[in-house]
Amino acid sequence: MNKMNAGGWKPGTPVSSNNEGEYPTVTGNRALKLEERLIFELGTRETCGVDLPEPKADAPNRLGKFARQQLIDLPGLSEPETVRHYTRLSRQNYAIDLGLFPLGSCTMKHNPRLNEKVARMPGFADVHPLQPVDTIKGALGVIDELSHWLIELTGMSAVAMSPKAGAHGELCGILCIRAALEARGDARKVVLVPESAHGTNPATAAFAGYEVEDIPADKDGRVDLEALKARLGPDVAGVMITNPNTCGLFERDMKAISDAVHAAGGLVYCDGANFNAIMGRVRPGDLGVDAMHINLHKTFSTPHGGGGPGSGPVVLSEALAPYAPLPFIVKDGETGEIHLVEEENVGDEFPGSFGRMTAFHGQMGMFTRALTYILSHGADGLRQASGDAVLNANYILRSLDDVLDAPFGEAGHCMHEALFSDNGFADGMSTLDVAKGLIDEGFHPMTMYFPLVVHGAMLVEPTETESKATLDQFVMAMRSLAERAKAGDETLKTAPHHAPRARLDEAQAARKPVLAWQGSVEG
Amino acid sequence: MRYLPLTDPDRAAMLEKIGADSVDVLFADVPAEHYLDGPVAGLPLAASEMAVEKHMRRLSKKNLAAADAAFFCGAGAYRHHVPATVDHIIQRGEFLTAYTPYQPEIAQGTLQMLFEFQTQVARLYGCAVANASMYDGSTACWEAIVMAARLTKRRGVLISGGLHPHYVSVAQTMARFTDEAIAYQLPTLEADPGDDALIARISDDTSCVVVQYPDIMGRIPDLQRIADAAHEKGALLIVANTEPVALGALEAPGNLGADIVVGEGQAIGVGLQFGGPYLGLFAITNPKHVRQMPGRLCGETVDADGKRGFVLTLSTREQHIRREKATSNICTNSGLCALAFSVHMTLLGEKGLTALAAENHRLACLAADRLDKVPGVRVLNDTFFNEFTLVLDKEARPLVRKLAEHGVLAGVALGRLFPHGEGLDDGLLVTVTETVTEDDIETLAKSLEEALS
Repeated sequence: MNKMNAGGWKPGTPVSSNNEGEYPTVTGNRALKLEERLIFELGTRETCGVDLPEPKADAPNRLGKFARQQLIDLPGLSEPETVRHYTRLSRQNYAIDLGLFPLGSCTMKHNPRLNEKVARMPGFADVHPLQPVDTIKGALGVIDELSHWLIELTGMSAVAMSPKAGAHGELCGILCIRAALEARGDARKVVLVPESAHGTNPATAAFAGYEVEDIPADKDGRVDLEALKARLGPDVAGVMITNPNTCGLFERDMKAISDAVHAAGGLVYCDGANFNAIMGRVRPGDLGVDAMHINLHKTFSTPHGGGGPGSGPVVLSEALAPYAPLPFIVKDGETGEIHLVEEENVGDEFPGSFGRMTAFHGQMGMFTRALTYILSHGADGLRQASGDAVLNANYILRSLDDVLDAPFGEAGHCMHEALFSDNGFADGMSTLDVAKGLIDEGFHPMTMYFPLVVHGAMLVEPTETESKATLDQFVMAMRSLAERAKAGDETLKTAPHHAPRARLDEAQAARKPVLAWQGSVEG
Repeated sequence: MRYLPLTDPDRAAMLEKIGADSVDVLFADVPAEHYLDGPVAGLPLAASEMAVEKHMRRLSKKNLAAADAAFFCGAGAYRHHVPATVDHIIQRGEFLTAYTPYQPEIAQGTLQMLFEFQTQVARLYGCAVANASMYDGSTACWEAIVMAARLTKRRGVLISGGLHPHYVSVAQTMARFTDEAIAYQLPTLEADPGDDALIARISDDTSCVVVQYPDIMGRIPDLQRIADAAHEKGALLIVANTEPVALGALEAPGNLGADIVVGEGQAIGVGLQFGGPYLGLFAITNPKHVRQMPGRLCGETVDADGKRGFVLTLSTREQHIRREKATSNICTNSGLCALAFSVHMTLLGEKGLTALAAENHRLACLAADRLDKVPGVRVLNDTFFNEFTLVLDKEARPLVRKLAEHGVLAGVALGRLFPHGEGLDDGLLVTVTETVTEDDIETLAKSLEEALS
């Protein structure tokens, strides 16, 4: 680790260079575009934004010989300085609240504020996970209600609520599969993953101790059923498949795939990242799926929060339900009483549970938000939402397929995301340039270079919470950018020009990593 | 539906552009026999904001909120006062509704915050590098175990009996599917945290020793001794901390020989929330190991105009690039919780964190002295920070349930944490933070007195 922070102009120092474009300022601020120093450059060790009693020198001490001797060297800011620091930082972020966030496979939909209000009710926010069960009946009630919805919407038998995010849910599903196979004394070694799968799928299967083998896509961008069937055998534990897939297409043969895998003794994992497209329209359980994670932070509108927290409950088929991880709840059919099953009472009744994936109960704060969202929509509203999501994606597909190459556009309608390639761009122009150009037009870029099966892929997922007016503006921007990319407009290569920062040197960041501030805070 | 902007005329115009007669036509790839022609049966229909809020409020009222009780629960989840500023900042839409900062030009807010967060965590832990957070303490702990195996190329994992049993349970669960061989013994109801016995079990096959600091019973193990013993055998020391406020009073694990320090960051800024979402912290003392670290990392760089900026970096360790060769399958961090932690820590600073820790310790000492006087109660610990174990002269679990009926959440019974533990049933783990008043302590003392008489 090098001692010095990387070079470059830092907020708080005068701007002396003349590459600031027209009308340079000495602070580097540009009116409402405000530059902000690090807390380590702003604060001191003596400043504090919380009122606390002064520690007494003669206070009792039971720390033994372990009392802290060394400085932590943390800066503090007063409350007004703190509010200003983070408010200034916030304004350097793009967000759904500001505009369209068309990231394919990420389902960046509106985050309703009622969800936030409910999650902050004291009965949900201020409850300890190890309180006696009689004092948390409402929390168990939330888990029960949300479970019921997830099970009914997917046509499955059970749901494991504790996984912390999508990839954690994938792991949960794969571990259920492994536990089920081991329970029948069947040590299979291989998991099949289509080449269009999310990167997490092979990572998860490998983490769970499986060898990963690719299965190819057919020319329509779907799993090649015959190739899959040919590979199935006694060594194949199962398949991990994304449906709708990452090309934005529904796997028409899903039931046939499931039947073939089951016939060969394997089990079917479905990546539910794209469930938003089919919610209330088709149930994965009816297609033979054995396990599927649901990203509450995608489909059910809990906020992405700049990279988490997520929440990834996993719905399970009858074959996998006995292997669900702890803790889980069981509802008494007669009394309606909800029981919490943990290590102490799992033994006799549920011997198959494969164990525990996390401390406590999962992302309760996300359960309350997701349930609030689901109750707001109702079964009819959720169906309308998936319909509008698919309608919006097809509208974008058909509004752009005359200026951008849509590799599967001829094959029919897409689901909730529209896929384009860089085919036809001038030499030297890339998908990245279009994406950075979108930033200047006031949009977040689409998902780039994914799926890998399409060259220079641009995957656009508008979601159902965008108006037609917003989509029309996005289409206008994309048409303009497509023309510029095809014409070889060099100014696109240096975009964005209007963002808080120009393109960042990622190579330098990786070559000489500076991962923490290195100085000493003012005393 | 209030979250759906399209109007029927919009839909009609868009369908015309697409060349489809209806939305149902767009789902033509779904086999007809599996396509639902109406809302899923048996589920309620759309509800107004008012109706939903009412329903959820009714559910919330079935829980006993900590604020409405005399509250002494801890064991990996802590109730501290969170300044109003924290919740205001994390509800700003630019933070709340942003995605993972993969487009750094328009995500400098999140990225700079993460860089500051990483630095705060590294300093708190006495480490060189911290990552941008993980799911929670228990999963961070498991990731540390796997990282140690990668570094040492050994498979033996020695876990102290003082580690939170849920963390142990996560490790044991995951180890069933990997090659790690876990050695773990339940703790005993003694004041001594058992360092000698732990040290005696370190062998040449040991990849790492996992120690909680302070441990699940509130005791403070001698990290330096354990670190020296581990290093002598070529093993790494992983220290897990579930209460970061403690590190305002206790020496940082990284300064005491730890190689990897992990923990639960919830206590600062995040709130109880019935156990999640929480905040996994992960840091290392040797920066050379950074390429073996799991999780996202934010690093400093410059932009094309020569201005300082921040990016997610070293992503070649991650699953979206490395697929089955990734250091972890984790894709999400706990960004918004990291923000809450960072804002709270910024408000506290060195001075505030030290004062907060001192106030916790002062009240905890006060409570320990008072409770030790209750007939039938004895304080087990010689050392503790804000959490200690009481030994009662009867089983703690039923007593905790009984006290809860009277609005006293007396703590966490060791019998709940270790249902299959021998001789732990009479242990009650009591946590005293700055949110506890001297009246609360008196209430607890009187309630225990009554229940035990």
